[in-house]
Amino acid sequence: MIHVALAVGFRGLKKSFTNLAFVLPALMFPVIFFVGFAGALSDVDQLPGFDYAPGYETFQFGFVMLQSAAMAGVFTGFGIAQDFERGFARRLMIAAPRRSGIIVGYAITTMIRWFFNTLVVVAIGLLIGMEILGNPLELFALVLLGLLVSLIGTLWAAGVALRLRSTQAGPVMQFPIFLLIFLAPVFVPIDLLTGWIHAVASVNPFTAFIEGARSLLAGSTDEVAVAFGIAVPLAALAGIWALTGLRSAERG
Amino acid sequence: MTAAAQIAFLGRRAFLRSIRQPGQMAFALVFPLFFLFVVASGLDRAASLPGFPADSYVDFMFAIPFVHGALFTALNSGIELGRDIDTGFLNRLALTPARGIAIMLGNLAGGVALVLIQYCIYFAGGLLMGAHFEAGLLGVPVLFLLAALGAVAIGATAMTFALRSGSPEAVQGIFPLFFVGLFLSSMNMPRNLMENSWFQWIATVNPVSYLIEGLRSLVIVGWDPEALAIGFGVVLGAIVLALATSTHAFRARMTRT
Repeated sequence: MIHVALAVGFRGLKKSFTNLAFVLPALMFPVIFFVGFAGALSDVDQLPGFDYAPGYETFQFGFVMLQSAAMAGVFTGFGIAQDFERGFARRLMIAAPRRSGIIVGYAITTMIRWFFNTLVVVAIGLLIGMEILGNPLELFALVLLGLLVSLIGTLWAAGVALRLRSTQAGPVMQFPIFLLIFLAPVFVPIDLLTGWIHAVASVNPFTAFIEGARSLLAGSTDEVAVAFGIAVPLAALAGIWALTGLRSAERG
Repeated sequence: MTAAAQIAFLGRRAFLRSIRQPGQMAFALVFPLFFLFVVASGLDRAASLPGFPADSYVDFMFAIPFVHGALFTALNSGIELGRDIDTGFLNRLALTPARGIAIMLGNLAGGVALVLIQYCIYFAGGLLMGAHFEAGLLGVPVLFLLAALGAVAIGATAMTFALRSGSPEAVQGIFPLFFVGLFLSSMNMPRNLMENSWFQWIATVNPVSYLIEGLRSLVIVGWDPEALAIGFGVVLGAIVLALATSTHAFRARMTRT
């Protein structure tokens, strides 16, 4: 399985980093969201009740980091669907002795690609004055949380792609993730949300991830256990979803 | 066949081709309204910032779906032209008496017809979300006109890319560039309330800000001659520039053919 995973992972990384058409969109969207939101909305931290010590840039970074992690997984799902349409995935399945390694390979690609993109966003953030108050251990936990969210996104999108095996399935992969991401406290803390969006955000698992990430960036461990407590079982569920998708693809 | 008839014929073709792609149509309709919905809900409290120019954030954001719609649909026009080049349709069209200007304007006209229908839906959707439109009934056609001119400017720019590259993928690849223009503007916050001076500077030199502010003035102020004059001026200038470059690219493409 490891050989299959490494081969698929290497192919994905080569494709990701040598083709500008793949590199730029995946990199530009988190950068645009981060600079656009953090730059334009920095005055929002003047709102009464907005209490986040590192500042609005860091507040937005917590969101953008996890948003890009989840969306990186969705982009991988598009790639899997494309591989099926071009017949490559069929050949891959015939050649692979342990097919679950294919999913692991795609997940490795996504996580490495996401990590690289996040480094670029961090560099831009530091340039525009973002402050990170977390210690190295907290930052390690932050990266781990990002990798878990990326894994959840990949396994979800892979499960859809393996079942539907067409790029037409793009909206099915993208839209639920998009809903989860934006129905969370994106621009202000959850206490400042009112009405229906507060109710939805309160039960949205992505809220726990964002709050955990923002805590770690601020040098605190509040909400971190909740974030991991939700992310780990969700990743396991998404893993089952992807593996049953693989079985569906094997049946044709 | 007169040039006008050619434009109408090719415009109809572009329009029908777009509405026969329900996936693209649905995205161009749903995304702008969804974005308005979530951003306006998430940033509702921002309307209480001192000096905020609108009564509610949904009023402030009401103009944005029109710009999003213009972007998606106009970019699709460019992508379709790229596909026409890729499949050889443009070469076959060049053998007919169709004039170059009719081919280009026809492509743009199809996109404009489509965005005007989308604008009706965005307008109704925004009102349903609780937005108020200060300019009244007479302001609606002005809002649609300014936003549609924005679509023409974007569409003509996308056509230039299509004509230069001859590839729909290349036109699709410029989408993030337009997205940069949109996000680094006064889309989310008035320029005078931007705390970061570097961002305020970018938003000030970004022409998209003036299109948005012209559209927004109709929603939150009513009739603001200055904002409208600047909005129309910037958009018309962008159209002249984009049409000049796309005409040049068209000639170059036809010479190569």
